[in-house]
Amino acid sequence: MGLKKESVPMREQPPKVRKRNFLEVPLGYSKEEAILEAQRCLQCPTHPCIDGCPVHINIPGFIKAIKEDNLQKAIDIIHESNLLPAITGRVCPQEDQCQAVCIMGNVGDPVSIGRLERYVADWELEKRKKGEVSLPKKMPPKNKKVAIIGSGPAGLSCAADLAKMGYDVIIFEGFHKTGGVLTYGIPEFRLPKWIVEEEEKFFKQLGVKFQTDVLVGRTLTIQDLFEQKFEAVFIGVGAGLPRFMHIPGENLDNIYSANEFLTRVNLMKAYKFPEYDTPIKVGKRVAVIGGGNVAMDAARTALRLGAGHVYLIYRRSRKEMPAREEEIEHAEQEGIEFMLLTNPIRYIGDENGFVKQAECIKMRLGEEDASGRRRPIPIEDSEFKLDIDQVIVAIGTTPNPIVPKTTEGLKTGKHGTIWVDENLQTSVKGVFAGGDIVTGAATVITAMGAGRKAAASIDKYLRGEL
Amino acid sequence: MFKILKKEALAPKTILMETYAPLIAKKAEPGQFIVIRVNEKGERIPLTIADFDREQGTITMVFQEIGKTTNLLGTKNVGEYISDILGPLGNPTETDRYGTVVTIGGGVGIAPVYPLSRKLKSLGNKVISIIGYRSKDFVFWEERMRSSSDELLIATNDGSYGAKGFVTDVLKNLIDKDTHIDRIYAIGPAIMMKAVADLTRGYKIKTIVSLNSLMVCGMGMCGACRITVGGETKFTCADGPDFDAHLVNFDELMKRLNTYKEEEKISFEKWKEEVSYGA
Repeated sequence: MGLKKESVPMREQPPKVRKRNFLEVPLGYSKEEAILEAQRCLQCPTHPCIDGCPVHINIPGFIKAIKEDNLQKAIDIIHESNLLPAITGRVCPQEDQCQAVCIMGNVGDPVSIGRLERYVADWELEKRKKGEVSLPKKMPPKNKKVAIIGSGPAGLSCAADLAKMGYDVIIFEGFHKTGGVLTYGIPEFRLPKWIVEEEEKFFKQLGVKFQTDVLVGRTLTIQDLFEQKFEAVFIGVGAGLPRFMHIPGENLDNIYSANEFLTRVNLMKAYKFPEYDTPIKVGKRVAVIGGGNVAMDAARTALRLGAGHVYLIYRRSRKEMPAREEEIEHAEQEGIEFMLLTNPIRYIGDENGFVKQAECIKMRLGEEDASGRRRPIPIEDSEFKLDIDQVIVAIGTTPNPIVPKTTEGLKTGKHGTIWVDENLQTSVKGVFAGGDIVTGAATVITAMGAGRKAAASIDKYLRGEL
Repeated sequence: MFKILKKEALAPKTILMETYAPLIAKKAEPGQFIVIRVNEKGERIPLTIADFDREQGTITMVFQEIGKTTNLLGTKNVGEYISDILGPLGNPTETDRYGTVVTIGGGVGIAPVYPLSRKLKSLGNKVISIIGYRSKDFVFWEERMRSSSDELLIATNDGSYGAKGFVTDVLKNLIDKDTHIDRIYAIGPAIMMKAVADLTRGYKIKTIVSLNSLMVCGMGMCGACRITVGGETKFTCADGPDFDAHLVNFDELMKRLNTYKEEEKISFEKWKEEVSYGA
């Protein structure tokens, strides 16, 4: 059989249809499509993909199982390294990780590892819906309590590993719903919320306990947790603080942080207002500021709410956009208008305090900066005014300071991240940290990798080996 | 789920509710607040903690039935549950022994002024409290306030009880009589806090207000509650809720409070319809 250079495409909702609904965009592989794609894997002996994966999934192993149509074996292999494949199969930047190093990439498209991962995970979710749950093996109870702060990707993966090792694990979550950024941040059309809920059920069956409505740092402190006989703590609270540009008029009505906008829609279901009580404004002309995945999510969400026209304003060019190529393409296909090399410098409001215009300036690219991208420089006398009635600021987030501020002796680094040693232990004994609170804003999968690494360290620590 | 242990109508449209929330009761300090969500489809709204009992594990909230959420909350009875209560949020009010302090409360803002006055008095301050109501019918917690103040002054808008006018009229009287005041705390509607700030600015009396911004998360991750203080953007939930009244941009605060006026109306009308069908 000859080498198939092109990967099997995944069917999608057409842009014209999907831009007005919240249903998932890619529709998943059929069995035939998955097997066809799995056959493209060369099962090469060097398997660079495994090293390209932040949690080191045995990728050739599970792909081989797909080829043999043994999906139970495939999911078991994935579960050894990753308990959330339905999520990572959808939101991981595979093109920068496992697929970036795939040998097939030298001759054609790399194997669509993410799509195959999703295929296996969705098969298992369907099974679970019918009540057929296969839980990973658990070690005998150790009768030791571990507290996890934050129920996002880092906290969840840390909790899962510790539960498998036999520890009593409780996850504390500030919101009324678990999942962290998976729940409040990533939109329904990229990650359906029933999947996150299904995963929560699975974790509960694994023995992980969840306590919502507890904001560690306010409701309880880390000191309180030790007094409650927890023997170790993992901090996975993420980088949830929205950044603003601090330009005039930024507090006008109808200017949102992406976090607020997405939280209203995803967590609070404002897109179903007034059935749900949380309101959201639908703009006629919306400006989203930023060029990352969150900016794409916000722009596409605004469109689905019914916005008339959505601009995406980004200060560099398309090439420098930090968003995934797939997300950028999806946004373009849906009709988001990119205003590149442009930056807002102030907002102008009407008499009631609602934003009505953005004054912007044109930019050009100068020398490379520390991030290796060319620095944007304002072009003199290029200011212009853009009529808009809603702005969503999506220029990044910074670490949440509540835990560091309320925990004595917890060392922090630049920009408020928590300092950790090579074992992810913080400056406070028995307290570990990982994910965005340590690295600054990154991806779901790197946070999950950190959660797993911390779980291994916590186990060592509790066995007296650290 | 948080069980309602006590419910009391303090005045028309003004309800006191005590719920079992031991973790919050254990940590709460005057000035802090909670974010509640009444039920599965509910929105998250901030409410001040009016009182707390660490031993009983209870917290007390006092709210005015205004829109859908507060009216819905008002239909909940003893023995029933509130889906979610998160807290205590925000920073406790800074208190010390200052000398003579004036605590001002307007409407349901009087509720959080009570534990604050009590604390200020216990720290050795001379506490003069000014509380304002719409009319005599709306008066509540007069005795509590009297017990936590050295001097209690009451105003009603229509003059049906106490002095006629606003709390600012009473405060101005006090200042005009050359009363020495070291610090003022004011909690109430934004318009009242703005009026107090405008009055005391000229006299250079340190004035602290507790802001009631719109909120979603209550933990600093969304920025819905942001407000300009001294030319800088602050988050009410994380940096406040107390701020130096003379630095707060009240006009911006009031405009932001009105952002969802139309939606609030839609939501409330829909709810009233549903309730009347139900009945």
